[in-house]
Amino acid sequence: MRNIYLNCVKRTEPVIRNPNFARSAKAGARLGFVTQKCNIHSVRNVTAFSKSGADSLRDDFCTKLRGLGAKNIQSRMMGHVVSQRDSRFKKLGKEDLDYFKSVLSESRVLVSKEMGGNADPTELDTFNTDWLSKYVGHSQVVLFPTSAQEVSKVLKYCNENTIAVCVQGGNTGLVGGSVPVFDEVVLSLSKMDKVRSLDKDSGALVCDAGCILESLDDYVGEFGFTMPIDLGAKGSCHIGGNVSTNAGGIRYLRYGSLHGSVLGLEVVLPDGTIINNLSTLRKDSTGYDIKQLFVGAEGTIGVVTGVSIATARRPTSVNVAVLGVNSYQDVKNTYIQSRKDLCEILSAFEFWDARCMDTVLTGFNTSNPLSGDYPFYVLIETSGSNDEHDEAVEKTMENGLVQDGTLAQGKTQISKMWSLREGIPTVLAQTGATYKYDISIPINQLYDIVHDTEVRLENAGIYKKDAAPSENYPVKSVNGYGHIGDGNLHLNIVADKFDDKITDLLEPFVYEWVENVAGSVSAEHGLGIMKPECLKYTKNDQIVSVMRNIKNMFDPNGIMNPYKYLPENK
Amino acid sequence: MSNLRILVGVKRVIDYAVKVRVNRAQTGVEVANVKHSINPFDEIGVEEAIRIRERFAKAKSPTSVEIVAVSCGPPKSQEVLRTALAMGADRAIHVEYGKDNEQNTIEPLVVAKLFNEIVKKEQPGLVIMGKQAIDDDSGQCGQILAGLMDVSQATNVSKLDVEPMEAPKTLTTMCEIDGGMETLKCELPAVVTTDLRLNEPRFVSLPNLVKAKKKPINKLTPADLGIDIVSKLETLKVNEPPVRKAGIKVESVDELLDKLRNEAKVI
Repeated sequence: MRNIYLNCVKRTEPVIRNPNFARSAKAGARLGFVTQKCNIHSVRNVTAFSKSGADSLRDDFCTKLRGLGAKNIQSRMMGHVVSQRDSRFKKLGKEDLDYFKSVLSESRVLVSKEMGGNADPTELDTFNTDWLSKYVGHSQVVLFPTSAQEVSKVLKYCNENTIAVCVQGGNTGLVGGSVPVFDEVVLSLSKMDKVRSLDKDSGALVCDAGCILESLDDYVGEFGFTMPIDLGAKGSCHIGGNVSTNAGGIRYLRYGSLHGSVLGLEVVLPDGTIINNLSTLRKDSTGYDIKQLFVGAEGTIGVVTGVSIATARRPTSVNVAVLGVNSYQDVKNTYIQSRKDLCEILSAFEFWDARCMDTVLTGFNTSNPLSGDYPFYVLIETSGSNDEHDEAVEKTMENGLVQDGTLAQGKTQISKMWSLREGIPTVLAQTGATYKYDISIPINQLYDIVHDTEVRLENAGIYKKDAAPSENYPVKSVNGYGHIGDGNLHLNIVADKFDDKITDLLEPFVYEWVENVAGSVSAEHGLGIMKPECLKYTKNDQIVSVMRNIKNMFDPNGIMNPYKYLPENK
Repeated sequence: MSNLRILVGVKRVIDYAVKVRVNRAQTGVEVANVKHSINPFDEIGVEEAIRIRERFAKAKSPTSVEIVAVSCGPPKSQEVLRTALAMGADRAIHVEYGKDNEQNTIEPLVVAKLFNEIVKKEQPGLVIMGKQAIDDDSGQCGQILAGLMDVSQATNVSKLDVEPMEAPKTLTTMCEIDGGMETLKCELPAVVTTDLRLNEPRFVSLPNLVKAKKKPINKLTPADLGIDIVSKLETLKVNEPPVRKAGIKVESVDELLDKLRNEAKVI
């Protein structure tokens, strides 16, 4: 199966990533060159991306490809709002590659064939494309340091030569913050994956930033501890990335934010200085808490290379129940009741709507654990030390708020129930192009935005709720799910393809709606490349100005993850 | 109106997904504070009994089906009886033996004898058990029981059919064997042991869990049944398998060749 990623950029030509191509089409190349090189009749699975302004070129190309017999062609508009590469940044040359190889050793510098290396274009694709396949960059070089010293030498060199750097962990971010925009050097932490120490008395874990979250949880689990965060991407995401994006997840309700769990960090600043603040102390009130700046900084002011985090004692008695509920108000009231009844043992409270449930049941080819279908579903998890005390989840049935429910009997059923909730993002992404909005709103109004979005899209004629499969509306579904306990809704709109028309209807509508209720435009996903321009809906000018000062203080040359995080200074 | 009584054996075991650890005395595995649940094969047995009842009801059979769940073990075995009741069993019998959080030392022969006494009292038409318990993996209880009862046995069953007629006399089963499937027809009463692919157990609904609290669990002791618990086997030692040596990653082909030649000495 061949996957071709076609990049149509204004004023340049289609760049084709395909195992059969040794180099991209150069300036002046036309469709003829492409069709000559490509065996069109065996071409399948073409995804053509275009940055804004190049849509007609992309569509034209796709039509011609179809006409020639190629199959399964999807067009997507890239989410970028940046069309111009910053000319300050040096274009990499042989002397730069030689330096990197001298610091890291040749096996840990991945260079594309175009730049004289060994890597096929597809080898670089995983580093250049984000998890949603919405953002695609063109980096030709990926570096894999194994220590803070190596990161320091690389950053110092890049800073002195104004080489742009994109820091990357597990590449599971949802706002395009982990992939390059143009040809930034990708600095991947995946080879820094050692656990450094675990204090078995206090539970303080010290490890490299490139450790995968699930591996860490398995490791500390052996000693009776648990990581204080848990998210669907745990099998791939790095703890360094989690810290740099201030990841939330499903246990936020119980263990709180990473700002509270991170005990210390080892960070390399853009000028190469290594800041070692890896403490394992739970309490330390000595001066400005600098590590907090790096939690959630998304790699824009330094690279996190080591993390010290407080793990919690692994609860011995875990119960999970899935409940069926008739309305959002009932969901909210069940939450309030559970807070009262389950108090200190409540560890997660998630909800999703019927549309999400249908999609995930179809996607996983499994049946509803409840005996009927309901408009809303709730997942409650309790974690405690005492089995009997923890069966209080049965209480939730007694007040009539909940119509039906099921309690997991054994760990296998617990995983099945969680997979229904954690599988929603993956399965939705498979049904089409997904517009994702991760917002914090007061719990009372949380679901109102879903209704309002549906009405808006229906009025525009591009969506109809419960449309028959034969009716081809561009927008397929509007879904709401999330961590209601934290007031965090994931609003997902699935469409045939990413389209300016749909984007214009959704943005700034969603952001303005959130601003009206004084909510956050990005509850836990961060800013990346997707949200700098809507930062203003949640943070005022004075605050953004202070943020800029901090950025300039740490990274005066602006080499760290450029084009992202903070809005352009106009 | 006749009655088909199905006896289902259920055992409380360490949950399938838990990583077991050998205890300090090396006499068994750590059971204190470890998550336990119903033996997966027994859960399948309960599910099958309920499905038989549902099939009979759907066919408007003149035979009514009664499901009795039975467990032998320490006080906490009640939890799995509650699960069985919540899934749909009508009543339960708990033969209490042993203490919570201690090693389970009851052997298949003893369990079969206890069940045999209960069978004599309850006169079931069908006994369903899991093919093996996932803690000791003995896989003997059902077969020994059939021998004691002097009735047919169908083991490792992946399909089960009882005719929803007045006083059914036979049952048909299929089980997987190397190279195909084996179909058996047995006379009732019979003992059946369940295999993994027989069915997929249902989730227990909260309303049913609440209802199950009101269903009766009859408590007995081995003495009540006139059975003396005697262990004929003594566990000498339990230890973990030797730790597998980690492999190493090499950075280049040259390094691989060097290691094969000089360290492993295979070329």
